[in-house]
Amino acid sequence: MNKLIKEKLIKGDSEDQQPDRYRRKILSGLGALGAGLMLGGCDRLSNNKAVQQAVGSVENLTRKAQRLVASRQSLAQEFDASQIAPVFRPNGEINPQEADYRQMAEGQFVDWRLRIDGLVSQPMELSLTQLRDLPSRTQITRHDCVEGWSCIGQWTGAVLGDLLDLAEPQDNARFVVFHCADHTFGGSDLYYESLDMIEAYHPQTLLAYDLNGEALPIANGAPLRLRAERQLGYKQAKYVMRVELVDSFKTLHGGKGGYWEDRGYNWWAGI
Amino acid sequence: MQTQVPADTNTQNRHLSEGRAQTSTKTIKRHSLATRLWHWVNFLTLIILLMSGLQIFNAHPALYWGEQSSFSQPFLAIHAKTDADGNQRGVVQLAGYEMTTTGVLGLSESNGRLRQRGFPEWATLPGPQWLSMGRNWHFLAAWIFGPSIFAYLLYTLMSRRRRRLIFPTRAQWRGIPQTLVDHARLRFHHVADYNGIQKLTYILVLFGLLPAMVLSGLAMSPTIDAAWPWITHLFGGRQSARTIHFICAFSLVGFFIVHLALVILSGVFNNLRSMITGRYRIQISDHDRTESDHE
Repeated sequence: MNKLIKEKLIKGDSEDQQPDRYRRKILSGLGALGAGLMLGGCDRLSNNKAVQQAVGSVENLTRKAQRLVASRQSLAQEFDASQIAPVFRPNGEINPQEADYRQMAEGQFVDWRLRIDGLVSQPMELSLTQLRDLPSRTQITRHDCVEGWSCIGQWTGAVLGDLLDLAEPQDNARFVVFHCADHTFGGSDLYYESLDMIEAYHPQTLLAYDLNGEALPIANGAPLRLRAERQLGYKQAKYVMRVELVDSFKTLHGGKGGYWEDRGYNWWAGI
Repeated sequence: MQTQVPADTNTQNRHLSEGRAQTSTKTIKRHSLATRLWHWVNFLTLIILLMSGLQIFNAHPALYWGEQSSFSQPFLAIHAKTDADGNQRGVVQLAGYEMTTTGVLGLSESNGRLRQRGFPEWATLPGPQWLSMGRNWHFLAAWIFGPSIFAYLLYTLMSRRRRRLIFPTRAQWRGIPQTLVDHARLRFHHVADYNGIQKLTYILVLFGLLPAMVLSGLAMSPTIDAAWPWITHLFGGRQSARTIHFICAFSLVGFFIVHLALVILSGVFNNLRSMITGRYRIQISDHDRTESDHE
């Protein structure tokens, strides 16, 4: 039996199957065409603005789906002190050279003030001491960078929701924008980021002033940085100077709600 | 062994071949429309997922085990190294072993000169370093791939006919050694049913690799970690999930290569036709027919 099958295989679909041979040519032609389009076309597609927009719009689907499965209160995993990384890897800007910032840093940030304004009934300015006097939260969490690496650290800071309550957001406030002191990589814009009210009021969302039990080092965002633990690293704005509540971020910088968002990254950084 | 799909007797053609035995072929309908559609949607989305995945990997071309990155001791790293004489070379470091891979991995040509890159431009989507666009392609394709594998597996588990198509019969389990020998000799039996090895491979891919790809992908999302931390625990931490995502992706590449080789060796036209139109020509001999009557 095997011999017969082998024979049949060698002969192939010869003799009585001329149309097959014809179709075979068409099929392989289509295959080659497809492969060519794939390889050459994808980069051209990627550079097309309309395609970028279409491909990027999946972000909305992801955000809605993730909001559906993660409740407002569901907490990011917290870890044991033994899992804290020996060095918390700093990324992005690690040593701002802006004159204002250098001056504050030299004075141990005594002159630094956090401004909370925008769509709030009680705009305010807080010194680092005032922030430290507010109730705090300490959490050991994993920082997930968009590049792919992860690092575990312990953060202590004021719960952002508490600060917002003090400032009394107005009804039309939809986003919380964090304005920073640094021009990342010498760019023309100051770094900024934004969260919607759900993520801003999440119990683990902090304005952190301590890392691993000590004052936040400059490389990691001194004197104050954001921790939004259900989002990727680029959301965790460092060197925060001002918290502004807005109903839209369209008029800020590039209009996409963040420094990296203006450079093509998704505003929803939960994935 | 019964043929599960009805034979199309109209196209049955029979001819005498040399010797006493008789052989005949007939065309059967092998793949349902759902299977064929799913197959080609998967083909396209998996290529996009692989190439955009390599683009994402290039942003930090190292893998670790556990919850976080140790940086100094990666399980796998693909990067460029500068030797004592100042020359750069691309290297792959895997669990302590090192291999020079200049030109392809770690150091490859981009815009006319050698640059440090994990995977080369021809393997990534988009070609140049562009993480945000790679992520967008990846998630678009993932939104097509994920739900479709879920629907397909559900359908396969619910339909008795599909269960019979995928899970080996007792005779096929017993026949696996013989099937292995036949494959090694490139003797392919063109019959209606899948053989034991085919079925085991499809079970491994359908119920193992593909769901593992989706789950280990989800395990890397910080929001999913907050919603369903068990997924990340399942893989032993986020960095382990990333490493397993990578290993499963290359296992699928391995499956794809073997799959392609077998499609070509066992009759490329018949196979391609069966996955496009659904029609597949099988061979039957009187001997086969008697054999199948017994099972």
